[in-house]
Formats: sequence, C-alpha cells, structure tokens
Amino acid sequence: MAKKPAGSKVAPARTAKRASAAEDWPNTVYRLLREGGVTQFAYVPDAGHSVCISRSLADPDVQSVALTTEEEGVALVCGAHLGGAKAVLLMQSSGVGNTINLLSLAEFGRFPFLTLVSMRGEFGEGNPWQYAMGQAVTKVLEAMGVQVLRAEKPEEVEEVLRAAMTMTWQSGMRVAVLLTQRLLGAKVFAPAT
Amino acid sequence: MAKTTTKSAAKAAPKTKTVTPVSERKSSGHLDRRQATIRLLGKTDDVLIIGGIAGAKDDAMGAAGGDVAHCYALGGAMGAACAMGLGLALAQPTRRVFVVTGEGELLMNSGTLATIGVLNPPNLSIVVLDNEYYGETGYQPSHTARGVDLVKIAEGSGIKATRMVTKESELDDAARMLRQSNGTSFVVAKVAPTDPERVPHSRDGNWQRQRFVRTVAAWKK
Ligand SMILES: Cc1ncc(C[n+]2csc(CCOP(=O)(O)OP(=O)(O)O)c2C)c(N)n1
Repeated sequence: MAKKPAGSKVAPARTAKRASAAEDWPNTVYRLLREGGVTQFAYVPDAGHSVCISRSLADPDVQSVALTTEEEGVALVCGAHLGGAKAVLLMQSSGVGNTINLLSLAEFGRFPFLTLVSMRGEFGEGNPWQYAMGQAVTKVLEAMGVQVLRAEKPEEVEEVLRAAMTMTWQSGMRVAVLLTQRLLGAKVFAPAT
Repeated sequence: MAKTTTKSAAKAAPKTKTVTPVSERKSSGHLDRRQATIRLLGKTDDVLIIGGIAGAKDDAMGAAGGDVAHCYALGGAMGAACAMGLGLALAQPTRRVFVVTGEGELLMNSGTLATIGVLNPPNLSIVVLDNEYYGETGYQPSHTARGVDLVKIAEGSGIKATRMVTKESELDDAARMLRQSNGTSFVVAKVAPTDPERVPHSRDGNWQRQRFVRTVAAWKK
C-alpha cells in the first residue's frame, strides 16, 4: 500500500474523468458556462438545449431570456457586453439563418460573441426540410466572421467548449460551437416521420 | 463628349424622385424630433443610451450632448436597438437604460417587445420617434402611416407603462413615466417628418464599444 503501483500518476486524472463522465454533457455545458461567468442565457428553444434552458430558468443568479427570433439574441449578447456581462445564445441550426444581418454588429463592433448551435440537417437527419439551412450553417457563420468549432462526441464537449470560451472572452472573437447531430443522437429527437 | 454623355443619360433616366420632398411628406406627427428626444430623456449624464439606426442615433446623441461614451450609436444593424438595450439593462440593473429608435427599425423586430414584456426590466425605457416614414431611405411611408399602432403592440406584448405623445404639453408627463414606472416603459412620440440634424461622431463600432465598456466599468467604482 505504501508504494503506489506504476502509472499511479495518471490516477487523479482518471478519477476526474470518471467524475465528469457521471455528469452528462448537457449539464457539463451549463456548469462550464456558469463557471465562465455567463449570466444571460438567450434562446429560441430546441430539444438539444433543453437542459441549459430549464437550468437557466431555475437558476436565481442568471437571466433566462426567451427570444422570439435568434436575431434578437445577437443584439442582446452585444448589449450585455456593453454592460460588462457575459451572455450566450442557444439556437438550432435553422436559427443561424435568422441571425445573419445582426452578426454585422458583432463583427464590425468586435464584440465577444458565443453561440451554441444544436445541429439538424446532417448526420442521420430524417426530415428533409432541415438540410438546406443545416448544410449552410458553417458557410454562413464563417462568411460573417464567426469561428466554428464542432463537438461530435460527449467526451469532447468539455474540451471544445472550454476552447470556445477562451477564444470568445480572452481573445474577443466571435465563436460558434456546433453540437452536432451525431452528438445529439437519436435519443434526443423523436424518430423522423 | 462628356457633356453629351451626361445629357443623354439624364434623358434616358426615368423621372422618379428618390427622396420625397418635405412639402409632400404627410404625417400626423408635429413634434420636433430633436426637442422631443431632449425632453423625454432629460438629464443624461448618468444614463446608458442605445441610439438606433438612421436619425434616432443622432437624436440620441443630441440629447446626450454629442458623441459621448455612454451612448452607443448604431449606424447599421437595423432592428438591433431594443434587444441591445435589453441585454444592457439586464447587465446593469441599477442604471437607467434608454433606447431611442425609429418606428421603421422597431417594426423590423417588433417581437422584441414580447421578449422585453416577459422580463419587464424597470430600468429599460424605450423612446420611439415615429415620423410615419422610412426617412433614411428617402421617406417612403411606414406602417404607422397606415393604421398600425405601436402602443397597442407594446401593450399586447405585456409592457404596461406605455404612452403615445402627440403634443409638446404631454412630453413632461411621458418623461416622468419613462423614469418612474416599475416596469419597462415605452413612449411613441409622433414627430414631424423633417430631416434629423446630424451629429458628428465616430463611426467605428469597435472603438465605440471599447469606450462604452471602459466608461461603464469606471462608473461602477
Ligand atoms: C436590414 C435592413 N433593411 C433595410 C435597410 C435600409 N434602411 C436603413 S434606415 C431605414 C429606415 C429607418 O426608418 P425609421 O427607423 O423609421 O427611421 P427614420 O429614418 O424614419 O428616422 C431602412 C429601411 C437596412 N439598413 N437594413
């Protein structure tokens, strides 16, 4: 017992990994955003964001802002920054199309801007209406100066989100994290009809 | 040669006016837009202001005493002003936040009134300068010239402190409501369709942002 077996140095990391694996990735997302100082959660609902939305509604220390269109969310995030607060925009891939012109505010004003996009219209999509916008998401965001990161597996969500948060609030970039359809999986959505 | 080209081009051009002349602009509004804004906002040295696209940003700056740090003047991003004001008001709950916007801009995202109505932050005050025209683009009549009532839209969106101002004698009362209501307040000022007096200002949105953020952070201390 006195002598730890070889390789024990990695044990704490393994324990940490197991602990975070016990927390499902949507709760990890909420925890990381809160630890990062986000106090405004703005969204047009999507199943892929349901945990963040319900937790923000239940959290007395944050503002949970239900938008009528994603475009408002871009302006809201910029306004929050003017007042010294951090905000995040949660939207479905279809909503990216609604944000385009107001992304010019974020880009021209060099506002730090973070959005999490739950993807449709890609891996395994059974609703053909989702493909046109889903397939345009990366091109549209990049055309407006937003850097795009993808999370494909539950175990990489934390790393990708941490990177995005650093890019946004340390470097002042405009950043989107795509929560891909492969990550969201068939469990989140009802079978396509 | 050059003269001939110009002449023939002028002949070929259709005789349409790109700007409706002042004499042909008809609006139910009579208030002077700058004076109305000054009286509705009142003392501005300790408030935060978002000035919307077109003339609204000039009137906002005019009321704030010029191109000041605590007034963010939008030269584009039509439809952003109210939502930007909401984010700012939620971030700075102890400060008064004014949004000054044109009715054309407001109509682009009238859903934002519903977003605001649900949260109802008492420190958010919205002033709509309604000249019943899309002035900036040459004075094409807007929806409010044709029966659309923004006060009713705001009320239907859950904003309780609302007012339509058509006369100078109503300005002081509206200004009081903008400062004292216990929820978000919303005033539509029916202004004359005259060209807004421009205010010289920085048009660098990034510089404006940094100046605003630094100033607000210093105020807190
Ligand atoms: C998305 C978008 N559509 C159209 C325009 C063109 N545009 C610039 S200002 C403006 C009208 C603004 O009207 P209003 O808010 O009533 O202000 P006014 O000029 O009458 O004071 C329009 C349509 C634009 N800038 N952006």
